[in-house]
Amino acid sequence: MELFTPDIGLMFWMLIPFGVVFFVLARFAWPAILKGVDKRASFIEESLQSAKEANERLAGIKEESERFLAQVKEEQLRLLKDAVDMREQMLKEAKQQAAVEADKIIQEARMTIRKEKDDAIREVRTQVAELSIGIAEKVLRRNLDNKEVQMELVNKLIDEAQKN
Amino acid sequence: MYCKRLGYIVKVILSLFLLFALAFDSKAGEEEHQEGLFDLKEMIFSHVLDSYDWHLITVGGHHYSVPLPVIVKSRDRGWFVFSSSRIAHGESYEGFRIAPDGVYKGKVVEIGIADEQIRPLDLSFTKNAASICLASLLLVLIFVSLASGYKKDPFKPRRGFSGSLEMLIMSILNDVIKPCVGPSYKSCAPYLLTVFFFIFFNNLLGLVPIIPGGANVTGNISVTLVLALFTFMMTNLFGSKEYWKEIFWPDVPTWLKVPVPIMPFIELLGIFTKPFALMIRLFANMLAGHIVILVLVSLIFIFSTMIGSGVASGVSVVSVAFSVFMLLLDVLVSFIQAYVFTMLSSIFIGMGRVEHHASH
Repeated sequence: MELFTPDIGLMFWMLIPFGVVFFVLARFAWPAILKGVDKRASFIEESLQSAKEANERLAGIKEESERFLAQVKEEQLRLLKDAVDMREQMLKEAKQQAAVEADKIIQEARMTIRKEKDDAIREVRTQVAELSIGIAEKVLRRNLDNKEVQMELVNKLIDEAQKN
Repeated sequence: MYCKRLGYIVKVILSLFLLFALAFDSKAGEEEHQEGLFDLKEMIFSHVLDSYDWHLITVGGHHYSVPLPVIVKSRDRGWFVFSSSRIAHGESYEGFRIAPDGVYKGKVVEIGIADEQIRPLDLSFTKNAASICLASLLLVLIFVSLASGYKKDPFKPRRGFSGSLEMLIMSILNDVIKPCVGPSYKSCAPYLLTVFFFIFFNNLLGLVPIIPGGANVTGNISVTLVLALFTFMMTNLFGSKEYWKEIFWPDVPTWLKVPVPIMPFIELLGIFTKPFALMIRLFANMLAGHIVILVLVSLIFIFSTMIGSGVASGVSVVSVAFSVFMLLLDVLVSFIQAYVFTMLSSIFIGMGRVEHHASH
């Protein structure tokens, strides 16, 4: 039975190539391939992990930015309100100051008027007195017998005074 | 409905043909020396056995084949290396010839002084040897270039052929080697991967019917013997203390060990039966696959010699269809046998590396 009898020659020719293939592949092929696949697997794992982390961070950033935006909006509203308040305040203050100023001016004007008036009155008084004295002088100088003449004279004097 | 009925009819016809084939097969065996008849046994054996040359084609009774070197060492005259074409067709060269009959039928023998046949030390580079070398060359080229790709850029995704190889490598490693060998799988993974792809490539090459293929390498007992021997060495050379303890002093009642060492004997036998089973099952499976295809193709010739070429042409359609089916099945078997050999080797190696369990 040739079929079931191992043949030394073929065993030899099986042993040598198989041994060589085993040696070569074990030395140059399998370690590199398995290491490569391992490397890639860990690379993929790392990439997925970092992608997940990046996603999480992105979500955090988005949330933060929204919060920041809301904060900014609030700030803006507050600033606007402040500005309005300030304007009103300023207006109010300006009005008040204007009123005070106006009061002061009016007061001064009044005082000036009063002073002018007083001066004028004083002058008028002086002039009246002077006139009166002048008239009285003139009247005294003439004969003050006649009443009609006296009146005439007085009128005449007043006219003169007026002309002066 | 129509398809179903057609299928049924085809089945009936096929089984009838098979019955006829069996009947005529036995007849062909009886009449094998009759002139002009198709010699099934001779044809099949010449295909599945190793040979000194690589047969290409036979046209008009003339055999065309690729001659291969015959390397023999005569007991008295030393080494001889010559082309197998010198001893083809029963010719003799330098006192050597292929034995036409006897114990060494089909092998190179030296013709002694008394015309007796002496078998020299025969290291001829036969058809199977050439096929093994071809497969080895393919393996080295493919896997070393694949590895160099990984060295260059390990992050590049593999596609196509190298992608499928990677998938195959990783599935063998993760589904067979890792679970079967156990935690120390890394040291024997190179051996097991080599064995898998060696068997797989040789199986596939054996299915190619034209010249670079067709040799029945893995269906040859010498080849499977060497493979089983490698597994035997891998198992026993790196066996753990626990493994040897289980063999010589197993955990059984003492009367099974002393005074008659029944269990140690059985365990010791087990060391050899395991690789023996490996050897036989790969050999038998691959041989059977080749023989079935050859028989199916032969049906055409059997029918043509027995009944006539008219029937034979009808049969040929069926038997070619069957052969195609068997060939496809053998592609699957090629993978399965390589897978099973690797798995069993992994299990045996894993058994050789058991560590002491705390539960004892």
